[in-house]
Amino acid sequence: MKLTLKIWRQKDAKDRGKIVDYQLDDISPDMSFLEMLDVLNQQLIDKDQDPIAFDHDCREGICGMCSMYINGRAHGPDREITVCQLHMRSFSDGDTIYIEPWRAKAFPVIKDLVVDRSAFDRIQQAGGFISVNTSGNTQDANNILISKHAADTAMDAATCIGCGACVASCKNSSAMLFVGAKVSQYALLPQGQVEAADRVMNMVKQMDEEGFGNCTNTGACEVECPKGISLENIARMNREYLKANLKG
Amino acid sequence: MSGIFNSSIGRKFAMALSAFFLMIFLVMHVSINFTSVFSEELFNKMSHFMGTNPLVQGVMQPILIFGVVFHFIMGFILEFKNKASRSVRYSKNSPSGNSTWMSRNMLLSGVVILAFLALHFYDFWVHEMTVKYIDGDMSGLMDPNNADSGFRYYEELREKFVSPLRVSIYTVSFVLLAMHLLHGFNSAFQSLGANNKYTKSLKGFGKVYSIGIPAVFIFIALYHHFTH
Repeated sequence: MKLTLKIWRQKDAKDRGKIVDYQLDDISPDMSFLEMLDVLNQQLIDKDQDPIAFDHDCREGICGMCSMYINGRAHGPDREITVCQLHMRSFSDGDTIYIEPWRAKAFPVIKDLVVDRSAFDRIQQAGGFISVNTSGNTQDANNILISKHAADTAMDAATCIGCGACVASCKNSSAMLFVGAKVSQYALLPQGQVEAADRVMNMVKQMDEEGFGNCTNTGACEVECPKGISLENIARMNREYLKANLKG
Repeated sequence: MSGIFNSSIGRKFAMALSAFFLMIFLVMHVSINFTSVFSEELFNKMSHFMGTNPLVQGVMQPILIFGVVFHFIMGFILEFKNKASRSVRYSKNSPSGNSTWMSRNMLLSGVVILAFLALHFYDFWVHEMTVKYIDGDMSGLMDPNNADSGFRYYEELREKFVSPLRVSIYTVSFVLLAMHLLHGFNSAFQSLGANNKYTKSLKGFGKVYSIGIPAVFIFIALYHHFTH
């Protein structure tokens, strides 16, 4: 395959950045998207040029690091995958491919395609946990009965890998699908009830302080989420938030 | 509860609550207007009641105006805040692959509806306020000095829809209202946390409501235009 790549290059957080064109030949349709970028980077290194910085870790759709906006879509044209699961067969010979970092005020660009998503970590730290005594007195998990439906729904929410595709694809850069999933995975389980009100209040407060936008229910986040996290989680978070406020 | 409306979720609640109020008002408005298609007398009686009842005029009307103004101001505030959350735009963006045009352009459809409301207020509300509260004529009669002259409401309504330009503006505005509602109806439920086994049925009802209500408004305008 012959490709024209239009890639966002930005030296550091202070640089204005710009789109730079690259030509690539002999790309196999069986390559993964990240392997294609590896080929390009090797060519740049061979020419003594700065390779393109991009995040990647597991390369099997679990870590959520490979965050790129490809041809106007988070993680590229296919549904429910991360970039490492995207293959060049999804493109055609002669295609022009735009590759950009996530765009959100709360996700500042560090370099090229790498963004700082520590805003998600701070939201998680604000309440995305349960307080358990783990000093050897932990009871057997099976002592707490949980319905199959609740366990499955909580697990669905917990599959969120915090990649940030929801923020990137939302026209408002809203993080509500991520926060909704994190609130839901605990709200659905008995272990999460004790701190439920504080959790949702603190996580929403932190989300707002980070500068994410307001959800307007376009549903783009749900479509682009590589793990298929449902909008139900945002509705559940809204209910939890209202409940917590009513309790005072 | 104090800080709820300063939060992003609180603003969604507020937007949804004002939307529900306005959606209920639309049902009432279209029901009264529709009577003009089959009964001049009923339309006149209902219009006179709504125009002179102290509860409607003194309580419901100010609440309605507050609801409309609040919904628009909150819409602009949300749009401003949301724009600020992304300072650098994508060079290439394909949002049509993940969301509907209606959902992404609520401000645009809202602004058209706002412009329509200005015309609508000029056409009916300003005239009503002038006649009733400035001229002091609460009779609702075509000739306040002649008790046999009959109510003026039906004739005034018919008169407004003579102009093809006005009917066209009304039609376009109600098409935009339908598009606004097609996203707004279900969005309001989602904002209040209602996403459950009834959501699919609710979405179906939302489509019927969102297309049906504006369609009846358009029908009324066209009916009076072509039968005048």
